[in-house]
Amino acid sequence: MQRFLNDPDDLVDETVAGFVKAHRDLVHLLPENPRVVVSNFAPQAGRVGIVTGGGSGHEPAFIGYTGRNLVDAVAVGELFSSPTAKSFADAIKAANGGAGVAVLYGNYAGDNMNVKMAARMVAKDGIEVATVVANDDVCSAPAAEREKRRGVAGEIFMWKIGGAKAASGASLAEVQAAAQKAIDACRSVGVGLGPCTLPAVGHPNFQIAAGQMEVGIGHHGEPGTRVEPLRAANDVADDMVRIVMDDHSLPAGSEVAVLVSGLGATPVNELYVLYDRIEAQLVGMGMTVYRAFVGNYFTSLEMVGATLTVMALDDELKALLDMDCASPAL
Amino acid sequence: MDSITSRHITEIFRLIALRLSEARTDLGALDGAIGDADHGNSMAEGFAAVVRATSALTDAPPSELFSLAGRSFHSAVGATTGPLYASAMAAAARDFAGKPALTASDLVRVLPSFARGIAERGKARPGDKTMMDAWGPAARVASEGLAQNLSAAHCLDKAEAAAREGCESTRAMVASVGRAARLGARSLGHVDPGAASAVIIIAALREWVIGYESTLAKGGA
Repeated sequence: MQRFLNDPDDLVDETVAGFVKAHRDLVHLLPENPRVVVSNFAPQAGRVGIVTGGGSGHEPAFIGYTGRNLVDAVAVGELFSSPTAKSFADAIKAANGGAGVAVLYGNYAGDNMNVKMAARMVAKDGIEVATVVANDDVCSAPAAEREKRRGVAGEIFMWKIGGAKAASGASLAEVQAAAQKAIDACRSVGVGLGPCTLPAVGHPNFQIAAGQMEVGIGHHGEPGTRVEPLRAANDVADDMVRIVMDDHSLPAGSEVAVLVSGLGATPVNELYVLYDRIEAQLVGMGMTVYRAFVGNYFTSLEMVGATLTVMALDDELKALLDMDCASPAL
Repeated sequence: MDSITSRHITEIFRLIALRLSEARTDLGALDGAIGDADHGNSMAEGFAAVVRATSALTDAPPSELFSLAGRSFHSAVGATTGPLYASAMAAAARDFAGKPALTASDLVRVLPSFARGIAERGKARPGDKTMMDAWGPAARVASEGLAQNLSAAHCLDKAEAAAREGCESTRAMVASVGRAARLGARSLGHVDPGAASAVIIIAALREWVIGYESTLAKGGA
C-alpha cells in the first residue's frame, strides 16, 4: 500500500481535523461531537436546516458540501460506514434554526436505521425532521424496484437543490419536496477500472483484473451488471450515456445538468475525455446541457473509475441550481 | 432462584467484550472479504463502551442495565451494527422490566429478546446472510430448550451449536440485505462477519453461565 497514513485507526479523525483547518472560513467541528462538521453560516433562525451524513472515504463528499446555501451540518462515519445515530442527531440539532430540518442522505441500510433513530432522538427536543433518501444508481436495482437503488453522486444535486430551496425561505415540506424532485430527476451509473483498499485491511476489497472494466459498479465496489474488456473511452462514455438515458426516457428538447465524477484515482483529464463524448451523445439525443460539473466530486478512496449523473431540469430546478453557494467542494 | 443481579450482568458484558476483543482481527479479516472491514472494531468498541457505562450501575435492576447498555452501544457505534445491537438490548430491557433479579433461565431468554430486537430493526430474514442467520436459530433452540425444562447451560449448549451452524451456513448464501448485499455474488464463500460475532456473544454467555452454575454447585455464589 502506497498511502499517506499514520495509524489507520486515526484516519477519519485526522481527515476531519485537516479539513476544518483548511476550510475554517466555511466550516467548523461541533465542539461536543468531533464527528459533526457544521457550516459557519448555520443555523439560521427561521430557516429550514439541511443535514446529510455517511461513511468517510468519499471526500470531498460528504463534508465538502457543508457551507452557505448548501448543507448546514454533516454527520461523519468511519470509512464506508454509517455515522452513529447520535452524530446524525447532533448534526440535526446544529442545523436547527427552528423551522425544521431536512436530512438528505443515501439509501444504505446503516444510514436508514441511524437517521430514523436520530429523528426520534431529536423529536424530544421538538425538532421536526423530514427525510429524502437518494436512490439514483441505475444499476443497483431494476426501475420497478427503485426504492432498493443506492444513492450515489446524484446526492450532490439533491443537496444543492435542497440547500438552495431552504435558503429561499421555503417551509420544511417545500424543501423536502424540492430535494425529492431533484433526486427523482437524477440517474447515475458508475464504471470501475480498479479496486480500492481500506487502509486498516491492507488489501483490495474486491478485484478488477487488468484490462477489464466493471460497468454499473457502486461507490464501495458493489458489483456491476457486466465485467468485460476495457474499451476505448468513447465506447465507455457511450455505454454510460445509454444506461442513464434508457432509464431516464427524457423527451428531446429536455435540459439537463451533467455531473462526471472521478472515483478517486482516475486522472481528471480522463474525466474530460469522457465528458467530451458524453456531451456530444446527449446533444445528439436532443438534450441541452444547461450546466456541467467535471471533477472529483464524490470518490471511493483510490478506486479507478468514474460516475455519470444526469439530472433533468425544469425552471425551478434551474433557478435553484444557479443560486449562489459557498462550500469547500462546490 | 432469582439471584442474577446487575453485578453479574456486568460481568457477562465484560466477558463478551473480552472475547470480541480477542477476535477483533479475525472478524475484521472476515469483514474485509465481503464488507467494509470495520466489524471487529465496531463490536469490540461497542461492548467496551457497554462495560464502561454499566460498571458503575451495580445496584440498578437488570432492565435498566440492558437499557443503558443499548444506549451506550448506540452512541459508540454507528454503521449497521450499532442500531441493531442497541435495538437488541432495548428488547431485552423491555422483557425484563419489573424484575429485580434474573434466573439463569432468564439469561437464556436474552437470546430470543436479542433476536426479536435485531429482526425488528434490521428487517432481515433467515437466509439473507446476516447476523440473523446465527441469532434466529440460536433463539429458536434456546426457547425450545426452556420449554423442555432443560437447564440454562444445556439450552445455551444447543443455542451455541445452532448459532455456529447458522453462521457456517452463511458461507453458501449470497447477501441480500445490509452492507454485504452490495457485493452480491462476491459475498459467496465467505462467512458473514455479523453472524460470526453473534456466535462469539452467545458462546461468551454460555461460558459465563457454566462458570456461574459450577460455582453454585460448589456452594459459592
